[in-house]
Amino acid sequence: MSDKKSAEELEDLDKRLHQAREKSHTGKTSGNQDMSGYSMAIRIGTELVAALIVGVGIGYFLDNWLDTKPWFLVVFFFLGAAAGVLNVYRAASGLGMAVGYAEDKEPTGGVPSQMKNNNAPYGADENNKETGGK
Amino acid sequence: MARMKTTRKRAANNVANPLEQFQIKTLVPIQLGSVDASLTNAGLFMVITVAAISLFLSLGMRQRSLIPGRWQSMAEISYEFIAGMIRDNVGNEGRKYFPFIFSLFMFILFANLIGLIPYAFTFTSHIAVTFTMAMVVFLGVTVIAIVRHGLHFFTLFLPSGVPMVMAPVLIPIEVLSYLSRPISLSIRLFANMMAGHTMMKVFAGFIIPLGFFGGWAPLGVDVALTAFEFLVAFLQAYVFTVLTCLYLNDAIHLH
Repeated sequence: MSDKKSAEELEDLDKRLHQAREKSHTGKTSGNQDMSGYSMAIRIGTELVAALIVGVGIGYFLDNWLDTKPWFLVVFFFLGAAAGVLNVYRAASGLGMAVGYAEDKEPTGGVPSQMKNNNAPYGADENNKETGGK
Repeated sequence: MARMKTTRKRAANNVANPLEQFQIKTLVPIQLGSVDASLTNAGLFMVITVAAISLFLSLGMRQRSLIPGRWQSMAEISYEFIAGMIRDNVGNEGRKYFPFIFSLFMFILFANLIGLIPYAFTFTSHIAVTFTMAMVVFLGVTVIAIVRHGLHFFTLFLPSGVPMVMAPVLIPIEVLSYLSRPISLSIRLFANMMAGHTMMKVFAGFIIPLGFFGGWAPLGVDVALTAFEFLVAFLQAYVFTVLTCLYLNDAIHLH
């Protein structure tokens, strides 16, 4: 009696283990969620500054090269600031680092887009994207 | 007035310059043509880091026992950690980039940890080092994206469904956002390592001048900071690697 019961229990456990394993293999979380709050904070701070540095750097270089002080610096300062805010928005909303994301097709955003590829062959996914992308 | 000047001078001599630890010193001068290829303290610690990683992994895996000992399980954990990170963030196609990402992670992690040993040199606190690593990642990822997707790669800078009127504004912003990747990647690592080490030195410089009664407070702060620096050393290696994975994911699954 008890032997039978324990065998059943074991089978049940085995089934549940399999299910849990399947789940952990397909429904993965992105690295973003594993990150602690502290590392997220550092990331966002530098993300904002870095784009601004690139913008100002390009503006300054173009001004020196084309002798158009200060116009390129002004334009690229604002573009860099916009890019910085965009970076922060993407990092904070979990869209990943994707430049040019497409929200409508991939509701999960940039980072977890690879999840699909575990189920569907990669080529099919790609074709779908290309036809839908225009 | 004169006395003040001398006391200040003495204080300056007493308290070590907190930035002195970042100075690059030539150990073995080597001149290759017009190129200065001397072995500096930064270069020496890079060699030490690589040697430590090789020893850690090869000696740890020497026994190859089914039930790992402490050392072997540390080596296995670091392998599985990166393998899991790539599987979660890049997917199956990321597998072939495992050697590069694993080397990157171990190199930064060991550099940060070895830098915490007193009198050691932390080469990750130099932007020249971190920017080079970030540039390798950035250029590599861009080349992978262009090879895999060809000209389709450039649609990255104009999200689908955007009105054409917006394009002149949006494209420069997206391009800047893309170009800011290596900058943010390198500044984060370098700034964290440099700030942490400077802070530790500043507080350490207060311990002796404050005497037996006052010196305990900065000593306590330094103990706490040391623990914090271990966290930062690991976290920064982790963040650098995770972002490399995310960029790689972008390059492989263009959307």
